[in-house]
Amino acid sequence: MSIDVKMAWRNIWRNPRRSILTISAIAFASLLLVFMLSWQFGSYDTMINSAVMIHTGHLQVQAKEYEEKRNIRLVVPNPDAIGRILEQTSELAAYTFRANAFSLISSEERTYGTIVIGIDPPREARVSTLKKLIRQGNYLSADDSNQALVGKLLAKNLNVVLGDELVVLGQGRDGSIAATVVKVKGIFSSGQDEFDRSSIHIPLKYFQDVYAMNGAVHEVVALGKSLEYIPEIKSRVTAGIENMNQKDHLVVLDWMELMPGLIQAIQMDLVSGFIFYIILIVVVAFSILNTFLMAVFERTREFGVLLAIGTTPGRLTKLLLTESVSMTMVGIVIGIIAGSLITWYFQVHGIVFSGAAEVMRQFGLPERMFPRLSVLSISIGSGIVLVITLLTALYPALKVRRLRPVKAMMSA
Amino acid sequence: MNFRLGWRNIWRNPRRTLVIMSAVIIGIWSMIFLGALMRGITDQMVRNGIATLTGHIQVHHKDYRNDPVIENSITEPEAVEATLNDILPPGSRWTPRVRVNAIASNARHSSGITLVGVEPRREDKISFVAQAITQGRFLKPVDKNGIVVGKALADKFETKLGRKLVLMSQDTKREIASRAFRIVGIFRAEMEATEKQFVFITMSAAQQMLELKKGISEISIILSDYQEVDQVTVALRTALSATDYEVQSWQELLPMVTAILKMYDGFIFLWFLVVFIAMGFGLVNTTLMAVFERIREFGLLKALGMKPWWIIKGVLIESFFLLILGMAIGNSLGFLSIFVLPSTGIDLSSLAEGMEFAGMSRVIFPIIESKDVITANLVVFVLGLLVSVYPAVKAARFTPVEAMAHT
Repeated sequence: MSIDVKMAWRNIWRNPRRSILTISAIAFASLLLVFMLSWQFGSYDTMINSAVMIHTGHLQVQAKEYEEKRNIRLVVPNPDAIGRILEQTSELAAYTFRANAFSLISSEERTYGTIVIGIDPPREARVSTLKKLIRQGNYLSADDSNQALVGKLLAKNLNVVLGDELVVLGQGRDGSIAATVVKVKGIFSSGQDEFDRSSIHIPLKYFQDVYAMNGAVHEVVALGKSLEYIPEIKSRVTAGIENMNQKDHLVVLDWMELMPGLIQAIQMDLVSGFIFYIILIVVVAFSILNTFLMAVFERTREFGVLLAIGTTPGRLTKLLLTESVSMTMVGIVIGIIAGSLITWYFQVHGIVFSGAAEVMRQFGLPERMFPRLSVLSISIGSGIVLVITLLTALYPALKVRRLRPVKAMMSA
Repeated sequence: MNFRLGWRNIWRNPRRTLVIMSAVIIGIWSMIFLGALMRGITDQMVRNGIATLTGHIQVHHKDYRNDPVIENSITEPEAVEATLNDILPPGSRWTPRVRVNAIASNARHSSGITLVGVEPRREDKISFVAQAITQGRFLKPVDKNGIVVGKALADKFETKLGRKLVLMSQDTKREIASRAFRIVGIFRAEMEATEKQFVFITMSAAQQMLELKKGISEISIILSDYQEVDQVTVALRTALSATDYEVQSWQELLPMVTAILKMYDGFIFLWFLVVFIAMGFGLVNTTLMAVFERIREFGLLKALGMKPWWIIKGVLIESFFLLILGMAIGNSLGFLSIFVLPSTGIDLSSLAEGMEFAGMSRVIFPIIESKDVITANLVVFVLGLLVSVYPAVKAARFTPVEAMAHT
């Protein structure tokens, strides 16, 4: 250990109370940042995955413009070919086919306009949470025909219970009238009012018959094994579609394109989070600057003596900077350790937002949220604290250079 | 005497005082500023909610909220209107509406929407829609076939002003009623979902189409002073029999907004605490150092016979002045930085979709709420004095001999 470092270290502990307080301020800031960032990153994964799992999926193959126009004539004519491409993609967890049509649904006394969705029951269960959302009755089985799953709010609006009949009236793919009668087999509730109010699900085969789909579907919905694989899967499927010479007709959309609101909500949360962090760090930086400054004022005499016996101003600056860096490092290390421990505790046990349950439900989020420690969440926060404290320490360290030995020694 | 001593003491070393004060100033400023931003966001949310056809208070048939169908209409609005005239404070405005689910279709598209029948003259003083027309015009009372739709719906339907739109819904006899309308106006709303959901026709056209006679679905009320909402809601509830009608305030009508408001209250308080802790470290540290610098002085005071309690009081009075001064400057800076923000608000259009997802609006106008200002100042003042106790006690504990030996 060089003499300068030794001196700096001893200087820090000359006034342990002050140093401990300064270190605590730094530790507190990094602890808070580690926790908050882990929390933010953790909640994004939960947000994306739960939003995706209700209905949308990570990835969809659709006819061009279907996403905007929702026109029944814009179809994926040969879904099995797309399925074969997907099966060759190892990062894929599951996929399913769906078809949608806007129709009039009438119960004995009520009529509503809703989306009728044709689903492939066994496959759908692997892609979305629909099967787990059934609150009354049963999920569709593979050989069901004129059976339907109805959202809880829609069932209430239509005034129907399990086993009641619904008349479906819409327009088929070829422009013909599509009409049928289906029986309510199950009632689902996702907690998202919009979803529970506006759709009924019937078996895909039956849908294709009623709406004259001729074997075509509207969406091929895929779920990746994890969020990181999605760009990879997307490029593979896009390549596969190009090979089929379907490039002009079909598009691959990922969850960011399917739910642009979600990704922007995340961006907004990140931006507003960073505004908070910056202000927090400014407050902490002021705290630290104060203590650094005061420490220098207090030691004016000492610096005067050091200068008088021949210490160069450069060395003095170096000494002061070494002191600040050591304190900062100690503070950050303590902050990271304490922050990681706290985060880890909540990562295991989760955090319950009792008051916010209603809000969370509408976003399709579970009540219990889990922060997630990652290299990124640990390093970003402490990195910022490090940089800011060092910048703060520069000011008093440079100020020392302007001291005049005689005058400094005379001060109290 | 004590106060004069404290005041003079803090100016004995102005540089130190300024350094400590700057910590308090920054802390208070950030509390006020961020508090105002967050309030701005929620306030806009409430405003949007209220302007998007909710109003401050609504009266419905008692089953309508649970089951919003045409059968659950208020069949004799006159009785309700008479009560409203009696009870509502002067300056209140209200309007009846017909509101049912319907299906809109044209040659290419069809979609589920909410049909709203309004009295044009009254509606334009209550909800956003009359002011939000960007093409064409709002409805006139004589418009038998006029309809006003949202921009997003018009785009989705690939239609424009002057084109036809067919509405279909169930009438009171449970038959399907359908009627063609011509688009006379297109409105924009803060949220795309609103543009897609609502279409407006005149009250008389709606009543005729749905065979409602003079029946209506809801009455939406705007009070001149929103703080009277709870009180008026209760008064209406007592006056209108609960067997026929349901009276609800916006807090009940917009549970999501109410929940978010509560969440933000928690956030803001948490934020105040966090800022205080960050600031508190600096505060304790500097006060402590100021005390240590004056060990000799405290020792001397004690040697002269000053009681420890007086010294504690002396140090606390100094902290008191520092806090009060810091708070005064911090508050003024906070207010100032909010007033210099452009009067157009902070535009977040680039993130508009994300804001929408969260039910917020595109532009934020910061709002200073006295509640927050008081909380922020209280937190800083009370906790600030509390943490100063530590250095004060330290100062009181120096023994005269030890302290005076100190250089």
